[in-house]
Amino acid sequence: MVLSHGVSGSDDSVHSTFASRYVRTSLPRFRMPEQSIPKEAAYQIINDELMLDGNPRLNLASFVTTWMEPECDKLIQASVNKNYVDMDEYPVTTELQNRCVNMIAHLFNAPLGDSETAVGVGTVGSSEAIMLAGLAFKRRWQNKMKAAGKPCDKPNIVTGANVQVCWEKFARYFEVELKEVKLSDGYYVMDPAKAVDLVDENTICVAAILGSTLNGEFEDVKLLNDLLAEKNAKTGWDTAIHVDAASGGFIAPFLYPELEWDFRLPLVKSINVSGHKYGLVYAGIGWCIWRSKEDLPEELIFHINYLGADQPTFTLNFSKGSSQVIAQYYQLIRLGFEGYKNIMENCQENAMVLKQGLEKTGRFNIVSKDNGVPLVAFSLKDSSRHNEFEISDFLRRFGWIVPAYTMPPDAQHVTVLRVVIREDFSRTLAERLVLDIEKVMHELDALPARVANGDAAAAAAAAAASEREMAKQREVISLLKRAVLAKKKTNGVC
Amino acid sequence: MVLSKAVSETDMSVHSTFASRYVRSSLPRYRMPENSIPKEAAYQIINDELMLDGNPRLNLASFVTTWMEPECDKLIMAAINKNYVDMDEYPVTTELQNRCVNMIAHLFHAPLGESETAVGVGTVGSSEAIMLAGLAFKRRWQNKRRAEGKPFDKPNIITGANVQVCWEKFAKYFEVELKEVKLRDGYYVMDPEKAVEMVDENTICVAAILGSTLNGEFEDVKLLNDLLEKKNSETGWETPIHVDAASGGFIAPFLYPELEWDFRLPWVKSINVSGHKYGLVYAGIGWCIWRNKEDLPEELIFHINYLGADQPTFTLNFSKGSSQVIAQYYQLIRHGFEGYRNIMENCHENAMVLKEGLVKTGRFSIVSKDEGVPLVAFSLKDRSRHDEFEISDMLRRFGWIVPAYTMPPDAQHVTVLRVVIREEFSRTLAERLVLDIEKVMYQLDALPSKLMPPTLPAPLMIVTKTAAKRTELETQRSVTEAWKKFVLAKRTNGVC
Repeated sequence: MVLSHGVSGSDDSVHSTFASRYVRTSLPRFRMPEQSIPKEAAYQIINDELMLDGNPRLNLASFVTTWMEPECDKLIQASVNKNYVDMDEYPVTTELQNRCVNMIAHLFNAPLGDSETAVGVGTVGSSEAIMLAGLAFKRRWQNKMKAAGKPCDKPNIVTGANVQVCWEKFARYFEVELKEVKLSDGYYVMDPAKAVDLVDENTICVAAILGSTLNGEFEDVKLLNDLLAEKNAKTGWDTAIHVDAASGGFIAPFLYPELEWDFRLPLVKSINVSGHKYGLVYAGIGWCIWRSKEDLPEELIFHINYLGADQPTFTLNFSKGSSQVIAQYYQLIRLGFEGYKNIMENCQENAMVLKQGLEKTGRFNIVSKDNGVPLVAFSLKDSSRHNEFEISDFLRRFGWIVPAYTMPPDAQHVTVLRVVIREDFSRTLAERLVLDIEKVMHELDALPARVANGDAAAAAAAAAASEREMAKQREVISLLKRAVLAKKKTNGVC
Repeated sequence: MVLSKAVSETDMSVHSTFASRYVRSSLPRYRMPENSIPKEAAYQIINDELMLDGNPRLNLASFVTTWMEPECDKLIMAAINKNYVDMDEYPVTTELQNRCVNMIAHLFHAPLGESETAVGVGTVGSSEAIMLAGLAFKRRWQNKRRAEGKPFDKPNIITGANVQVCWEKFAKYFEVELKEVKLRDGYYVMDPEKAVEMVDENTICVAAILGSTLNGEFEDVKLLNDLLEKKNSETGWETPIHVDAASGGFIAPFLYPELEWDFRLPWVKSINVSGHKYGLVYAGIGWCIWRNKEDLPEELIFHINYLGADQPTFTLNFSKGSSQVIAQYYQLIRHGFEGYRNIMENCHENAMVLKEGLVKTGRFSIVSKDEGVPLVAFSLKDRSRHDEFEISDMLRRFGWIVPAYTMPPDAQHVTVLRVVIREEFSRTLAERLVLDIEKVMYQLDALPSKLMPPTLPAPLMIVTKTAAKRTELETQRSVTEAWKKFVLAKRTNGVC
């Protein structure tokens, strides 16, 4: 007598993932599961949940590269298991980093002799690069003060209030006072004159930004250099400049080669640039270049002797992947000067297309400048009925991620929407974005205003139902506002 | 009249890479080239040069993962263009990090209530994790001293001399004095008693290592905790412990669950572990877990409000890839407890196979312990004719990368070769390595010694010196000098 079995006799592994029991159980969130699950199930479950993340290529908030050529993807995949720090074992990869450092140093007009090698390092991003540069300035300043028999316990650094959050991190973690030059309405970058005013004998350096996060503007580093040189001549303090060229470092040399912002200015001692922004590499690579050996105190460097050749290392991170370094080298030799210039010009063109499309709607003021990082920052001419956060929210429904921000002090009343034009943002997408923004404005116009008027008549006219709706809207707005106010300073989008 | 043309009319793009002019020109090394080159050429040229790098999977020097399942590779490549720090835009990725933190915190027995979320963060590696932990200790100690009205300008940290180089970096960059407990012959980790002796009121924490880099040994954290407990109750200084479990954190819970080294010990306030070592993920991910909120000073944390939900962030790096975080989550749910245990048991087994193979040759002493990180550290019984560096060098010819190191002070006279057993180092490879080491020993036995016998009397040297021999002696001397330099300098090559 054969008993009929209710349960299937086949082995678990026969079932396709979606037929198996693995998609019926809730994945553990806080504790490791006891048992293993098949790799196909693990892959599928994670892949599917990740579908609910935003699409990186439609993330117009970010400067960070979201597309690379398939050939480069192949190189990246092949080197994903190479631990970059094993210089002994991977000498070619190490040399590729050195070549990148030299190429970028020359791009920034570092004063190197013909056979002189550049002083610089590859990092995980501009944050690490800035911390290393700051550390070098701090140590140099301390040595100088100690030699002069002066106290060295209160170092400070002068920046604009528009700095990216990593400068605040540097200040807090490395115990340096941050002296910020406040912005003003219409002037959203650091004022060189005010900055130089703030410099005192405890200032370890003045940090200028080439490509402000908020509106893409390049600060006037030349003016800063000239004013600082004047002050140094009077005081003898020898205060130096660091240029945070996270975005601008791979734009200015190609679009504005005459602009003097780099080592051509004598007081500029170090520069950082993000390889993963307009260096056109995926997230995870930055570069810090020093003017010369003297600007990087030897005591901070750890030496690793690679069979006779000295390999100095100065990084915060140790083990990390090699892929991005190789990808950076690929881009530098694949594109060359010509290729980078073409790409930056395209970005600039498409930014202008977007800007003109927005101006044509008649609803927006353009807050960004034409020169600088290719982005468009814009705000509503009339934000009495709806504001920029609502536009940002509505655009999400179309798939676009366009962030809205308030400016830092003293311009907190100004809110902007910002679209960053990356390499892969084609004209087609620019035109489509304009269309979608127009649709959003159309929808918003049909909705009641978010703010109740002081007008008694209007308030009296409001029905109970619309009163409930307005309360709901207020709640949503206050949630958004909270998010934005918290985002404004701390969500240093890069 | 048609002129015959010598130059090919075909468009450049038709030529295969190796037929094109791109492989004839020297690639620029120090300056960006003026012109672009085709992507195929760029790919080929770089790929080919990289062939001369070592093979990551034969790199037995490294603890860092060099193999993952193809399904995970797929997830990694799909997430390569996701900037991890954009928490708003990638909420699921952010949540995966949080899940990993919680899972690892529970693995380490963090004293959490049922619905309490763990305090921790994903980092680029243990270096960043250690710097964050150290920063937290420094800030806590400064606040405490300030409240007591005492000076706080001379913080120090106590470690063994066997620490990985990143602790030295932390000390140097964050201006904390490093007080190292010296090693001695036969004892290659930090002695808890000596460590506690060195604790003073300026000590911000004592750092113990679970899985010493040099010989894989686990330090006795429990003993350290008990001794420190005693001293703290006498002095009232409340000096805490940090456990650098870079390697051991993903081994001990599976192979030695009874071993008390984690938050089960009350003085352990933070732990770091490398996801990219026995967490079984490619290079680029580490984790730092704090016991609870009090151990991480609020002033160090930057807050990002994700549409109502508070997302605190405390890292040195900002933008970075998301792939490794996703890969870590994949491993944790794909393997689970059972899978990790199986893998660690396999590693341990294969380490024993390698060890026994080496013991059987009769030429080596084993310096590593059986318990600890699955690795085999061994040195020659007889170093009079050849040394470990030569073995290391000759093994390279077979394709193996097996490093040789001298121990830190005060055991600098001891040199070891070290093989790390990773997940993918199968028994077959272990047996093959033993065979190849035997071949190397055989070859070395046939070679003259490179080391100058120190007791060679002067008259004998004069008598045996001919023109040719002198050259050979001088050559030997310069070779010895070079090796010496290499050895002394290697001390700083902090391999992880």
